[in-house]
Amino acid sequence: MSLAGFDNPVLDQQATFRAVMQALAEPGRILPAGARVGDASPLGPVARAIALSLLDFEVQFHLAPSLAEAEGDITFHTGSRRTDRRDDAEFAFVTLARDALDLAAYAQGTPDYPDRSTTVIIKVESLAGGPAMTIRGPGIAGTRRLEIPGLPADFAAQWAANAGRAPLGVDLIFVTNEAVLGLPRSTRIIEEAR
Amino acid sequence: MPDAEAARPNPHSRAAVMDLLARATRDELAAPLKAHWPDLPFTAIRAPEIGLVMLRGRMGGDGAPFNLGEATVTRAVIELATGERGYGQFLGRDPAHAEKAAILEALAQRAGDRETVERTVLAPIRQRLAEEARQKRAATAATRVDFFTLVRAEG
Amino acid sequence: MYVAVKGGERAIANAHRLLEHERRGDRNVPEIGTEQIDQQLSLAVDRVMSEGSLYDRGLAALAIKQARGDLIEAIFLIRAYRTTLPRFGFSQPLDTGRMAIRRRISSTYKDLPGGQVLGPTFDYTHRLLDFALAAEGDPAAPVTAPVDTEAHFPRVTDLIAQDDLIERNPPADPAKPVGDLTREPLAFPADRDLRLQNLARGDEGFLLALGYSTQRGYGRNHPFVGEIRMGEVEVEFEIPELGLTVSLGEVTLTECQMVNQFKGSLTEPAKFTRGYGLSFGHCERRAMSMSLVDRALRADELGEERKSPAQDEEFVLSHSDNIQATGFVEHLKLPHYVDFQAELALLRQMRREFTARNSDHHPEAAE
Repeated sequence: MSLAGFDNPVLDQQATFRAVMQALAEPGRILPAGARVGDASPLGPVARAIALSLLDFEVQFHLAPSLAEAEGDITFHTGSRRTDRRDDAEFAFVTLARDALDLAAYAQGTPDYPDRSTTVIIKVESLAGGPAMTIRGPGIAGTRRLEIPGLPADFAAQWAANAGRAPLGVDLIFVTNEAVLGLPRSTRIIEEAR
Repeated sequence: MPDAEAARPNPHSRAAVMDLLARATRDELAAPLKAHWPDLPFTAIRAPEIGLVMLRGRMGGDGAPFNLGEATVTRAVIELATGERGYGQFLGRDPAHAEKAAILEALAQRAGDRETVERTVLAPIRQRLAEEARQKRAATAATRVDFFTLVRAEG
Repeated sequence: MYVAVKGGERAIANAHRLLEHERRGDRNVPEIGTEQIDQQLSLAVDRVMSEGSLYDRGLAALAIKQARGDLIEAIFLIRAYRTTLPRFGFSQPLDTGRMAIRRRISSTYKDLPGGQVLGPTFDYTHRLLDFALAAEGDPAAPVTAPVDTEAHFPRVTDLIAQDDLIERNPPADPAKPVGDLTREPLAFPADRDLRLQNLARGDEGFLLALGYSTQRGYGRNHPFVGEIRMGEVEVEFEIPELGLTVSLGEVTLTECQMVNQFKGSLTEPAKFTRGYGLSFGHCERRAMSMSLVDRALRADELGEERKSPAQDEEFVLSHSDNIQATGFVEHLKLPHYVDFQAELALLRQMRREFTARNSDHHPEAAE
């Protein structure tokens, strides 16, 4: 059964879009979510707001096993269709603590259309307090610290492989129930905590 | 218009109710709602939203489809306190009207309200549409050509 | 190279305010309302909806008012507005066979089932200015006649098809997505679905001129109007989560079925071919022109030699859109100071070199 959507679709979607855009423009920075909608959704209110803002009937989404129950709700509100194939999805939703993370399995884009890669929205408990990594790249003055707890052990290796596919590759949006953090394909991890 | 209704096997089906509500004028929804269900509690499930639907034609009228052009559409989904979900959607831009159509669509599902919706909302719309169609067809019929065949006199 | 030039903000703001003033005109004359435009300039509204590729009478009327009656400017406003709205999906294909007919004529069959119904037409008017309209006064109410409730209006092309004398329309292929040039840039060769979408929103004057050119021998295809019909058609939309297809209301459409030159081969008996035109509103000239150009663009498919402008799909489809065209033509009036200065400098240099060269060749003449 689907939950209620945004009270004010236009303004709430604009605020959500703005927050996601800002997160990708300033990689690694923790930013307040633009809007929250539907606490009861398995996606949580922030990932759900992103789904309701960015998806429409012209894209397909993939749900990691922990989020399978969100399908009807997303389809109802966005007209988007779920796909079983990760490399066929414009958007994908994952719970970091409960699902495996394999960045290479998603659509990576094509040389003519590098934008046709999957944007992966990853639900996390917290965006701070984990082992520190140092990142750099466009949108970061100098370097910035990334401290997302619970990343898989091979995350830095996966991210390096993603960077190796430039200009192809996936973009990541980490979300908690309050905040968002972007990690676009152009960001590099230059130092990993041991 | 009467064609669409004729195409519905059951004129009281949910789809037939939505067909009619899509043709309602503002007053045809607002007045009965105010008179019979003032201050009815409901929740917006999909708040009224204006968007586009791409209208498709067919090559030669009945062949493969092609995209002709878009039309504006307003739609809304609401839920009554008793759990019925109502859908409102029609061509044009009118968020408040879409919400009213959705409320009445939900009320039409509720046994205790169905008859009142039929009598105060649907029947008047049906009647107006039939009358408009009749006038249009009568004026059109007057422009039908009657040919006189001129026979050449032979011998 | 582009060099940013700043300045002129105040002049621009004041120019826009002056434009608004001029749009309003003499304030002693009552202001025109968008409902008046919708009702009384309804064919202008139809054209703006067609070429703006957006069916919404109120928006088209507003755009015409704002554009001071400049229809291409109004179409530009509509095209810009539509980009701000989300798309909910696609309608079921419009069934023009179930049209509530307000006009239906055929130039191929005199006595056809349902009859020839003229409806509101300029045909057979004498094109004499009606000075009575300059004054006010209500026209007489339309004449009515008894309605034959059994009357139905089969497509003329279906009548010809019964004897297998005309080609069949290409059937839908569920595996092939319907092309959409608002989503993917046009590429050549373009399939017929994309060509029809392009023509449906193309400039009426351009389509008319191309259609006319085919009649004058540039890609001649011997057209007859199989049928023109105008009236209201139901828009049906699926609500997937309910498994229902419902009506969203009706739109006015004009459809033209052109019956064209037949051809046969060793393996196929000769048959008539078809051109198709479909338009928002009551736009007969545009639907007819579209059907002529649609047929001309099928040259390759029908094994005809492509040698005329109307048969050249790259030429037709790339130049049919009046918003693209007006954008590129009108951009020439925007400041080009820097590139022009560069050209000027180059020209002066070339002339200096020319003079120097000529004086080198004729040293004695200089003395």
